[in-house]
Amino acid sequence: MPEEKIRVLIAKPGLDGHDRGAKVVARALRDAGMEVIYTGIRQTPEMIAEAALQEDVDVIGLSILSGAHMELFPRVVRALREREISPDEVLLFAGGIIPDADIEPLKQAGFQAIFGPGTSTEDIIKFVRDWAARRPARAV
Amino acid sequence: MPTVEELVDRLLAGNRRALSRLLTLIENDTPEGRRALRLLYPKSGRAHTIGLTGSAGSGKSTLSGAIARATRRRGHTLGIVAIDPTSPFSQGAILGDRIRMQDLTSDPQVFLRSMATRGGMGGLAPSTAGVVTALDAFGKDAVLVETVGAGQDEVEVAAMADTTVVVLTPGAGDDVQAMKAGIMEIADILVVNKSDLPNADLLARQLSSIVDASPSPRRTPIVKTAGALDEGIDALLDEIEQHRAYITSSSVQEEHRRARARHQVLTLARQRLIDRLVAQHTDGRLDALVERVARHELDPHSAADELTGE
Repeated sequence: MPEEKIRVLIAKPGLDGHDRGAKVVARALRDAGMEVIYTGIRQTPEMIAEAALQEDVDVIGLSILSGAHMELFPRVVRALREREISPDEVLLFAGGIIPDADIEPLKQAGFQAIFGPGTSTEDIIKFVRDWAARRPARAV
Repeated sequence: MPTVEELVDRLLAGNRRALSRLLTLIENDTPEGRRALRLLYPKSGRAHTIGLTGSAGSGKSTLSGAIARATRRRGHTLGIVAIDPTSPFSQGAILGDRIRMQDLTSDPQVFLRSMATRGGMGGLAPSTAGVVTALDAFGKDAVLVETVGAGQDEVEVAAMADTTVVVLTPGAGDDVQAMKAGIMEIADILVVNKSDLPNADLLARQLSSIVDASPSPRRTPIVKTAGALDEGIDALLDEIEQHRAYITSSSVQEEHRRARARHQVLTLARQRLIDRLVAQHTDGRLDALVERVARHELDPHSAADELTGE
């Protein structure tokens, strides 16, 4: 029987090693019935984009606590584009310690949501599901 | 949006994005995925398929990474299909095999695809064979299939792989476990992984005496490895290459390929028949039968007879 699964990549770019938040989100999305590819810590933007390419994910969630998001996140988008993956066809979101002032520029760069500390996993699940529901079906 | 035919053309021209899109269609078993497989199957059959199986925690992912690196050092390209379990409760999955193979991500000649079991049996997903076909048609020299943690009876991988590697670890059971039927019997190569642990030599000796007692004309080699320390990997690769040479030089391969084709056809046909039966009984008759069996008013055999019209 044909089956459509939401495939999600959860990755941590940069050098901070605190992946508890990323793991909580990965687990919550799994419990919501999604297939979550977890790549672990210390990923370069190229590694993240490459994993997204090979796994053909629908959703990419990045977690960062180091403060290097303004440097690393746009590089992830660039690395995705280099692999023919446009931010319009995947859902990009991020979480971690990200100042309010950075949110708008990141949205301009292609991130559809930034989840700060204290966000409920329910909100993230709902956000992903809502996106999947209104996403136009791919022709192929 | 490209058509399936265009995607297949791009895959055959070496485009990895097209390969990846097609893997999704194949994995989801969509009509487009089936059409793609019709076009790709005639282009496949060249890659050497290696099945890697063993219990959970035996070090399969780490070993896969080590095998992949050694394969690349020998100049061969590689596809990896890494399978992790689907939750029986949420139908979701955490696919974590990339963690142990991070460094391989930057090698464009390695293509790693994670799959969830999605109800598949024997440590594989229902569409694993199709995914292997696509990676084969893409031109990978070898395709490594790493099963979910498998116990004693998960032998499906042997029907798909040219070479089946069974991974064991010291201290995971006595030699009687190893004598039992099932997973031990499908091994073309036995690996004692985590060989830096105590009792690795003991396990290797126990396996050796079992292998000696086997009536098979080919002695199953036993290789000691420590995947995390990158030890014994070249010896394992040598054995994999020797097994490949063995099957290509003998009638074994023809026989094996016929058995594999038969297995694939019957597996898919079985699923089609079940899907059709379920579709024919959407009016509640299936539920009614199930209910009577659950109440012990009807036995399961009679219910199946009624379902299939026998």
